[in-house]
Amino acid sequence: MEKRVFFKGWWLPALLVAPQLMISFVFFFYPSGQAIWNSLFLPDPFGLKTEFVGLDNFRFLLSDPYYLASFKTTIIFSTAVSVSSMALGLYLAALADRLIKGAGVYQTLLIWPYAIAPAIAGVLWLFMFNGNIGLASYYLKALGYEWNHTLKGDQAMFLVILASSWGRISYNFLFFLAGLQAIPKSIIEAAAIDGASFWKRFGTIVIPLLSPITFFLLVVNIVYAFFDTFGVIHTITSGGPEQSTTILVYKVFSDGFVSQDLGSSAAQSVILLVLVGILTVIQFKYIERKVHY
Amino acid sequence: MVEKKKSGYWLTHLGLILGVLFIFFPVWLTFVASTVTQDAIIYPPLPMLPGTEFFENYANALFRGSPEGYGAKVPVIKMMMNSAIMAIGITVGKIIISLLSAFAFVYFRFPFRNLCFWLIFITLMLPVEVRIVPTYEVVANLNLLNSYTGLIFPLIASATATFLFRQFFMTIPDEMVEAARMDGCSPMRFFFDILVPISKTNIAALFVILFIFGWNQYLWPLLMTTDPDMRTIVMAIDSMIPTGDDYAHWPTVMATAMLAMVPPVIVVISMQKFFVKGLLESDK
Repeated sequence: MEKRVFFKGWWLPALLVAPQLMISFVFFFYPSGQAIWNSLFLPDPFGLKTEFVGLDNFRFLLSDPYYLASFKTTIIFSTAVSVSSMALGLYLAALADRLIKGAGVYQTLLIWPYAIAPAIAGVLWLFMFNGNIGLASYYLKALGYEWNHTLKGDQAMFLVILASSWGRISYNFLFFLAGLQAIPKSIIEAAAIDGASFWKRFGTIVIPLLSPITFFLLVVNIVYAFFDTFGVIHTITSGGPEQSTTILVYKVFSDGFVSQDLGSSAAQSVILLVLVGILTVIQFKYIERKVHY
Repeated sequence: MVEKKKSGYWLTHLGLILGVLFIFFPVWLTFVASTVTQDAIIYPPLPMLPGTEFFENYANALFRGSPEGYGAKVPVIKMMMNSAIMAIGITVGKIIISLLSAFAFVYFRFPFRNLCFWLIFITLMLPVEVRIVPTYEVVANLNLLNSYTGLIFPLIASATATFLFRQFFMTIPDEMVEAARMDGCSPMRFFFDILVPISKTNIAALFVILFIFGWNQYLWPLLMTTDPDMRTIVMAIDSMIPTGDDYAHWPTVMATAMLAMVPPVIVVISMQKFFVKGLLESDK
């Protein structure tokens, strides 16, 4: 819906939107255009000249086993992070929602990790699982389990998933709690009077009513796992061992800045751009249905 | 609660307390590690209760950086200053440009209005991580590497706040503008005397979200800052942990980690009401 009443004139509004438009052009459209442009060229190894190669960078990427492996890693990683942090968030929110008094206290105790940077979360978990001094690896060793995430890919993967999910629980908890509290208690009570058990009510009433918020959280968490977890990966594993934790955004960084492979890095940016675009469109389809003016 | 069984009640609390412990445990360990000597850490297991070196370690980190022979020498207080400038710059900058442009979109009709809206709206789609290489080149060409401007401006280019303010302005009754116009109120007067004051809660909510977003930036400062004096605390901590066989001075590292967490956590807890509102609304 649009406002029926508004101010006249065009130079004032133009002046008002100018700062944001200018910043968007300099730091958003121009670099994004550059990424698309660069993805069509291949610089020679000495960086002296570039050659137009069309879609060759993409063709090369999609047949590059390292890139495809990174794709697979990203899918495993983001699925694991989203599912585990959402499951724990929902579990804690369902418990807090059962309380008449004290839900607020638990909310305070559970939401503050949202403020912790992924990179710092990475440092905390790295410290616990450090091969020489970590408490967790010390006790694992005492139990006869050899922990060395700098050599073993599956352990490294487990650790980055753990560190990324840990900080994300609070976010999911908050949304699920808001969703649960919006469900009218009378529906739940009616079902209880008819003899439905807690689990029966949870499965047939609560879960269906939470499905829009669950879908929204799934998209947002996947976006988080795709991009915001860069700090976790960089502090804990730097993508290793043997690229076993190199997710797509980490590969853009390591190919672009560490190996200086600009054509490939730009093509990867474009592929990521398309992926985020799809996720955003899905997310907005959801908003369209939800927001009423 | 529908049922009133005592056992269920205690199990609910037990489940929640386990969750809280899982959330707290790594932070508790970090705190303990920041209060003991290096020896207490490098000969595991780490004790479960804080040691006696609290003041020593924090003073070391804040004013001297790591002690002799352990890499980074920049005092953490300097990094915290950089982080604060970056976080507040991003927060204030984003709020100002978004308030202005949302005002223009909702209360004016001007040529290319829809085009402008879509141009800004599209920036929602792309996190800075995706266009990192070309953005770096732009900033390098503008000679903004190792500057606060270079740290702040590329991260302001996003439409979340604009979108949120626009949505909020739409809910304000038309009668407000009508009355203001009838009384001969100029657009900017309407903006400063009416619109900004009634947006106070929304501004506070965005402040919390954006402050955390800004303080916790990692990849961008990592690329942007080669001068140790420009490092932010969140990105600098990684350089305090050497790779390979060198030992980090763990008490200092862990004190730094605590110092990196404290400001945003204080903001979240002290402004919890606004934080919850901001989070639930800004992401939709």
